[in-house]
Amino acid sequence: MKERQLVVVGGGPAGMAAALAAREAGVADVLLLERDQHLGGILNQCIHPGFGLHHFKEELTGPEYADRFAARVLADPGIEVRLKSFAVKLTPDRRISFLRPGALEEVQAGAVVLATGCRERTREMIPIPGTRPAGVYPAGLAQKMVNMEGWIPGREAVIVGSGDIGLIMARRMALEGVLVKAVIEIQKSSRGLVRNVVQCLEDFGIPLYFQHRISMVRGRDRVESVDVVRVDDEFRDIPGSDFSLSCDTVLVSVGLIPENELLEMAGALIDRKTNTPVAPDVNLTSLPGIFACGNACKVYDLADWVTRDSQLAGRMAARYLGVADL
Amino acid sequence: MKRRMTCIECPQGCSLEVEADGSRFIGVTGYKCRRGGAYARQETEAPLRTLTTSVLTSGLELKMLPVRTSRPIPKARLFEAMAAVKLIVVTSPVKAGAVIAPDFLGLGVDLVACRPLLKK
Amino acid sequence: MVRDVIIIGAGISGAAIARELSRYRLKVLLLEKEAEPAFGVSKSNSGIIHAGTQNPPSSLKGWLCVEGNRLLREELAADLGLHFVQCGQLIVVFDLADLPELDKIKAEGEALGVKGLEIVDRAWLDAREPNLGPEVKAALYVPSAGIISPYRFVYALVENAVRNGVRLETSSRVTAVRRRPEGFEVVAGGQVFRSRFVVNAAGLYADEVSAMAGAPTFKITPRKGEEYLLDKKREHIANHIIFPLPSKTSKGILIIKTSDGNPMIGPTAHETPDKEDLATTDAGLAEVLAGARRMMPSLDRSDIIAYFAGLRPASGKDFIIRHEDAVPGLVNVAGIQSPGLTSAPAIAVMVAGLLKERGLPLTPKEEFHRLRPRPVHLFQVPLEETARLIEKDPSYGDIVCRCELVSAQEVRDAIRRGARTLDGVKFRTRAQSGRCHGGFCTTRIIKLMQEELGLPVTAVSKRGPGSELIKDERK
Repeated sequence: MKERQLVVVGGGPAGMAAALAAREAGVADVLLLERDQHLGGILNQCIHPGFGLHHFKEELTGPEYADRFAARVLADPGIEVRLKSFAVKLTPDRRISFLRPGALEEVQAGAVVLATGCRERTREMIPIPGTRPAGVYPAGLAQKMVNMEGWIPGREAVIVGSGDIGLIMARRMALEGVLVKAVIEIQKSSRGLVRNVVQCLEDFGIPLYFQHRISMVRGRDRVESVDVVRVDDEFRDIPGSDFSLSCDTVLVSVGLIPENELLEMAGALIDRKTNTPVAPDVNLTSLPGIFACGNACKVYDLADWVTRDSQLAGRMAARYLGVADL
Repeated sequence: MKRRMTCIECPQGCSLEVEADGSRFIGVTGYKCRRGGAYARQETEAPLRTLTTSVLTSGLELKMLPVRTSRPIPKARLFEAMAAVKLIVVTSPVKAGAVIAPDFLGLGVDLVACRPLLKK
Repeated sequence: MVRDVIIIGAGISGAAIARELSRYRLKVLLLEKEAEPAFGVSKSNSGIIHAGTQNPPSSLKGWLCVEGNRLLREELAADLGLHFVQCGQLIVVFDLADLPELDKIKAEGEALGVKGLEIVDRAWLDAREPNLGPEVKAALYVPSAGIISPYRFVYALVENAVRNGVRLETSSRVTAVRRRPEGFEVVAGGQVFRSRFVVNAAGLYADEVSAMAGAPTFKITPRKGEEYLLDKKREHIANHIIFPLPSKTSKGILIIKTSDGNPMIGPTAHETPDKEDLATTDAGLAEVLAGARRMMPSLDRSDIIAYFAGLRPASGKDFIIRHEDAVPGLVNVAGIQSPGLTSAPAIAVMVAGLLKERGLPLTPKEEFHRLRPRPVHLFQVPLEETARLIEKDPSYGDIVCRCELVSAQEVRDAIRRGARTLDGVKFRTRAQSGRCHGGFCTTRIIKLMQEELGLPVTAVSKRGPGSELIKDERK
């Protein structure tokens, strides 16, 4: 079995920052595994601006932000990048198995940084009752369809959740000519940045309903309409307040969950509610030599903070390997 | 006349109070940095937005190339810009920052690539 | 062309009958109204292979269930490459005063020929089912019960039937059945098909099909069931299928192991007049959670990753499997609610017998392909086996669905075996059925479907015409 000094799982902003910081701290040999065909992770589909104001002191789009790191990673002879490589197994003593087209490989890592990002909470987790027709998509999936593939999923959309992804997709769909009928938010205020409420909804005249929820999805084959109802402070439906919105698409943007299934497989302690590693400090896990950073560690508001903390994770791994003082 | 406005220059989202007479800017309070003041004036006189979208490619490793305007453009022309973007097909490899359409819509701004893209 | 038999409905009953008839030198047509087999009642099945308990000893479904269970365990699972897991079943009581009820179920099961039944106490349960709550006092252990993937069971039967010469026509809803002196004319999907015999296995619509043919002899009343699937990470919360003692009104909310690993809780049971009412409800979720948590209090709503509703095609208490003498040549297979999945292999043999009695010659084919190669599922094999598979075909190392570990090769294989829709790929491979619910893999699967089937993206659908996923494409 091949031995590698540091293995970083995930080539998004967290993994790239950790790999680069570990190198700067003196780690000679880094293997970076990325399941996609490019570095950058979810930033590749985040084509809107809003990245880098803290880290680079200028406003960049997601792909621009990713490219600044990717260019450095690819230019560094001490970082071996393996694309289309999917880690399937991690043991507590840091053996990693990964699949790629053509091979199953196994490596023994001196230290591991898991930068596996997060996934979207789904319709099923809220849950939204009703039928299960085509046209109900996690907002991030719709973002990938529109921005990466040029596929427009629908013509009339209702968006559930006023977090930043929901707001940004409202604008994106509106720009693509989709009629965005409403953003539905069960809380009293938006979890997204207030600038996004302005430039994503107000600019396009999209109504935002606070303290409302979708009580029913209707349609057999494709979404035909949703029932919306107002809720009180205890999230109970207010009788008689319901109304219907016709639409062919529902985008669900109701939060993110750290992806720590690999870490869980290794036997690390995971908080069942947040799906984050149980550990005394940021980037640590309950297993020595295995670190978790970026959105796998906790869900961050800004990619800039992911970069900052993931750089720390790279340095922590270097210190664990005995090549650097923190 | 006074109106409230949220600054969108950065994630802080300062709440501004702008005094204006129609599109004639008179004054502003509530901003925490220089950009807030400039934003209030601009937003009153002629709102600007940076357009980010993606353009179709042919023969390159991704189907769509993310692009942006090099500077903000008039908000009122966003949909016109979107229509123009849909007519563009990028067929040669690009570097990040490469100009895809110079002087886009005659606005004095360029449409630029947000990432490098190689041949398939 | 006049066929020997037209089977209406490619759910579990129709599929099993088609496969059974494909043993003989017959021309058989299988008609399905949906885009793919198993898209009706069968797709919402719990996947339980019942032992035969909880059926009255004199019932038709009682002995068909026991016999179907035997056929599946002893023959079909191996022949068709099915992943059948004989995990056993527990029927639990919350009050020791209910023990006589368990004794009664045991006696009735034994009368039907169910073997190995045993009343077990709390100590037995603590050793084998540690997550049961304190309210559970004792149980009836039913060792011959097990679990299977209901749709993959249907796909295996249909694939093998087609391999043996049965013709399958999908997206072919039957709109007329006419009795002619020499047989039947069946109008479906705008085409006219002729046959000597018709087997009506039309599920929720069996009453309408029978009436079309001239035998309005029964009515199907849908009974809705909502089911909630848990994350695969919770696979080991239960080691058996766990039933509460049935009440007078309901079989109760179950904790169901599934053959793919995700535990499931449900189903509700409420009559509905609407044959298309597949909506889940707030009330249904509350009912299911309360019922399941009574047996296992550690179950949490946050473990739920998916849910669906299905309709049982009920008509009275027992199955209706009979030749309609008023319409010679018409065999009805109706009211096939639970335990229909288990009973299907036995129903198929029974239907073949009914057809033979009415003059259909059953001459065995010289070359009947009994075996169907088992599809590869990476999630079912150890890593060493995965390595061997990748060596043979690199695409097994190209992971499409990360939550459920499904490779591009498995998706292609599913399409080559007949998947035509996103749901068809999901049911065959599990891609999109995990915790991210397709958030990461849907675009890739759509692209693989485009490659394999030569479709524009706007023609790729979730479950057939009308459920297309993408409205417009930049191109």
